[in-house]
Amino acid sequence: MSIWPVVKQIQKSDVNAFGKNAFSSRTEGLQPRTRQADKVVGSICPYCAVGCGQLVYVKEGKILDIEGDPASPISAGCLCPKGAATFQLVTGSHRVKKVLYRRPHGKAWEEIPLDQAIEMVAQRVKKARDENWQDADKEGNALRRTMAIAHLGGATLDNEENYLIKKLFTGLGVVQVENQARI
Amino acid sequence: MAECHPVGFRWVMKAKERGATIIHVDPRFTRTSAVADIHVPIRAGSDIAFLGAIINYILTNDRYFKEYVVNYTNAPAIISEKYADTEDFDGLFGGWDEETKQYDRTMWLYEGVDADAAAGKKSGPRQPIRPEHTDPTLQHPRCVFQILKRHFARYTPEMVENICGIKPELFHKVAETLCKNSGRERTSAFCYAVGWTQHTVGVQYIRSAAIIQLLLGNMGRPGGGIMALRGHASIQGSTDIPTLYNLLPGYLPMPKAKQDKDFDSYIRFNESPSGWWGEFKKYAVSLLKAYYGDAATQENGWCFDRMPTIDGDHSHMNTVASMADGNIKGYFVMGENPTVGSMNASLQRKGLRELEWLVVRDLNLIETAEFWRDSPEIDRGELKSEDIATEVFFFPAAAHTEKDGSFTNTQRLLQWHHQAIEPPGDCQSELDFMYQLGLRLKELYRDSTLPRDRAIQDITWDYPSAESVLKEINGFTAADGKPVEGFTSLKDDGSTACGCWIYSGSYRDGINMTARRKLGSEQNWVAPEWAWAWPHNRRMLYNRASADPEGKPWSERKKYVWWDEEQKKWVGHDIPDFIVDRPPSYRPPREARGKETISGVDPFVMQADGKGWLFAAAGLQDGPLPTHYEPEESVARNLLYDQQCNPTRMEWRRKDNLYHRAYSDPRFPYVVTTYRLTEHHTAGGMSRWLSWLSELQPEMFCEVSPELAAKHELKNGGWATIWTARGEIEARVLVTNRLRPLRIQGGDIHQIGLPYHWASRGLVRGDSANELIGFVGDPNVSIQESKAFTAMIAAGRRGKRREVKALDEMAWERDLPPAEGDHVSSHNFKAEESKESNA
Repeated sequence: MSIWPVVKQIQKSDVNAFGKNAFSSRTEGLQPRTRQADKVVGSICPYCAVGCGQLVYVKEGKILDIEGDPASPISAGCLCPKGAATFQLVTGSHRVKKVLYRRPHGKAWEEIPLDQAIEMVAQRVKKARDENWQDADKEGNALRRTMAIAHLGGATLDNEENYLIKKLFTGLGVVQVENQARI
Repeated sequence: MAECHPVGFRWVMKAKERGATIIHVDPRFTRTSAVADIHVPIRAGSDIAFLGAIINYILTNDRYFKEYVVNYTNAPAIISEKYADTEDFDGLFGGWDEETKQYDRTMWLYEGVDADAAAGKKSGPRQPIRPEHTDPTLQHPRCVFQILKRHFARYTPEMVENICGIKPELFHKVAETLCKNSGRERTSAFCYAVGWTQHTVGVQYIRSAAIIQLLLGNMGRPGGGIMALRGHASIQGSTDIPTLYNLLPGYLPMPKAKQDKDFDSYIRFNESPSGWWGEFKKYAVSLLKAYYGDAATQENGWCFDRMPTIDGDHSHMNTVASMADGNIKGYFVMGENPTVGSMNASLQRKGLRELEWLVVRDLNLIETAEFWRDSPEIDRGELKSEDIATEVFFFPAAAHTEKDGSFTNTQRLLQWHHQAIEPPGDCQSELDFMYQLGLRLKELYRDSTLPRDRAIQDITWDYPSAESVLKEINGFTAADGKPVEGFTSLKDDGSTACGCWIYSGSYRDGINMTARRKLGSEQNWVAPEWAWAWPHNRRMLYNRASADPEGKPWSERKKYVWWDEEQKKWVGHDIPDFIVDRPPSYRPPREARGKETISGVDPFVMQADGKGWLFAAAGLQDGPLPTHYEPEESVARNLLYDQQCNPTRMEWRRKDNLYHRAYSDPRFPYVVTTYRLTEHHTAGGMSRWLSWLSELQPEMFCEVSPELAAKHELKNGGWATIWTARGEIEARVLVTNRLRPLRIQGGDIHQIGLPYHWASRGLVRGDSANELIGFVGDPNVSIQESKAFTAMIAAGRRGKRREVKALDEMAWERDLPPAEGDHVSSHNFKAEESKESNA
């Protein structure tokens, strides 16, 4: 009975009940869920370009929480409303986890296997490229390209990803490669 | 800044606590204005008039930092006799060609510079300024300083009042505050974002700020500079390692069909005889070695004949216009939502409908992926899903917590994020997707004997991890694959490979420098051991300018990098952005080439002349000096010149991209500007699907002043419809004093503020502001003008089936002043220019 906070408060004539007397044994045992993490991974906020540091708390292959990294000289532990919502961004139920396919004139999405989808895209790239190849302009200047394929990339992709995008498309002769950075 | 870069703004507030004065120039009163010392409401699209008047104020009141200006800028340089200013042609520079709608830019060169030699140069005159072509007293009538004085003489406080709607007292307060806070002991900084870039004169906005900062001696010094506050985690990286049509990694230009016929001509047209770009060949050879590996040899010109070439402006708006005309078969959209985030949303969707196939990669089913079943056209009954033939693939993307990789933030800092967990289901990083796609394509082309397939056969493609890509970006020696130390180790003999020379050093000694996370409190205030900055881990560019010509700090208070006479090298808090052992006294011999031409007082090492450019003698399409032109659509005549708009702006005159009259169009009497909110991210792909953020900003709205609300009977919390010739949207009305009518030329003008985050999918929905905006762009960088255009507003919701009214009537001719005639665009390609991007 005496562990019940209200009893403690009456016994101690504690009207405010702000301190120790308001604690139950359960309260005493409470911990931030980040304490249960089996690893903490250094990360960077994926929204704007300030580049705030983030710490990703992981337990058994699941993300428990994402917090600001106090070590960062840029953000010193802070995150803005968007940065603070990163946990929901990456773990939320909104995320699509299957490849979806809409056939020409189709009225609905269909699920198809990832491997098949990549192969289908590769085939289409080859066809569009081969059928629309430009060797040279009218004056004979080399073009070595296709104008039938284009790309638009977001600016929250990694540098390493952009590097492969530019390299592969350049290798294929695709020149209409653009980015949010133009916008 | 407080709205869109809240955590960065924290440091502005720290500066304020220590006595800094914060000036906020914005059409709206925002969270930034609320804590600023001075808020300056301005008419959207009029900033050059405002900044030009500050330049004039500095010059006429002798407030410039003389020693800095004479030594570190091109103020003393004498300009060619052929040069004629906007003063001479009422808003046009000399050399305007009515036929091609372009300038002859050889008329803007330094005296003594060979025009032929300068043509085709990426970064300007191809030689340093010779002493005989300068006037250090700044008195020569054709020296840059005097030209600057004449050019900006008409930018007066009275003009500012009548163009921008800013009272002379307020203007004076801003100009005086800036001048007082600059010099040896103090520095001022400018911060800007896309409110400056998304204009037909966007580049010249930034140029105006650059002129102010150079005149006041605020470049390359602590607390100074011009900070582009970029809006995406790695948008700086997307320019450095570009997915942009005109650039290769490290700002090397894409080969151009007409000029770059082989490797040697590519080098000839892009290497600079003076300045740091004299190193160009080393970076080009190393990039080709990174792309083509062992196949690239000296004999075959490093496989240069595998590279595709460009022969026009293949930027985003041109691509989409071409798509809408049925010329493009397949489109990859990765982490981008163009039907919401790009201008003229209906034209974007038209483009997608004309494709054979579309690949969208994202975390959520964004509007761009679902355009075939959910769009205003389908909603209005104009189209049915089954009529749309486009085949669509949606690939779920991995989040940043599910992959390793680096982002480059707005201050050029590469920061590594580590993979925390495996991606769920079919979710995949772009890295993994591109790698897999590349393997399959290489397999499909494996047995081809066609010359055109050699490139895809030859590109090296072995990437077990993101770190292996970073290693290639960093560069390595071809013989043993050992990472190089930095770009000074790169060679032009094929012995090194490097994917992006400015990032060289980020993986030196095989250590991922971008992953360094040493506590801020355990290192000096520059924090050089947190992550890694390009180039060469320098945290502030051109920091040699933080010392005087003799190499001594300008003041103890603003000490940053200086010459140590005992050690015979540059030292300081940061890594010197200069040749470390080059003394301040060094002057190049006449026959010097490349980096040997960089004198001891040339802080701006990337420029061919080593100086900060008050006058841009090359590199720009629309003039060597900023000039105020009104936006494509304005509520006002250009008061400064007869020339109304930027004569070289890019227009797309087509039925699906109509323009209003250039000014005072009675059908569209209000200025509109678009912006972001703290709680959402750009086109909403990373925010509208989250309940936490959606709850904070649940609905599309428009901000209007009480005066405009009264005029159109708009009720706070009620509905309004806003329309242009391109489209019509509805929004909740927010009646607020945060937007005030501005008085110009004796009348009130009203501005409407529109956030642009919403669209038809996600948890919170609303109309997209980009339905209203047309394709029109800056001629230097092909960026659209979405921060100032005209529109009409009325109370009430838009009708579900109501189309934009009277489209035919909209097609009337724009009655422009004679000088601009009908300058149908200038998106003809200028082969010798390399456009650089900036958003």
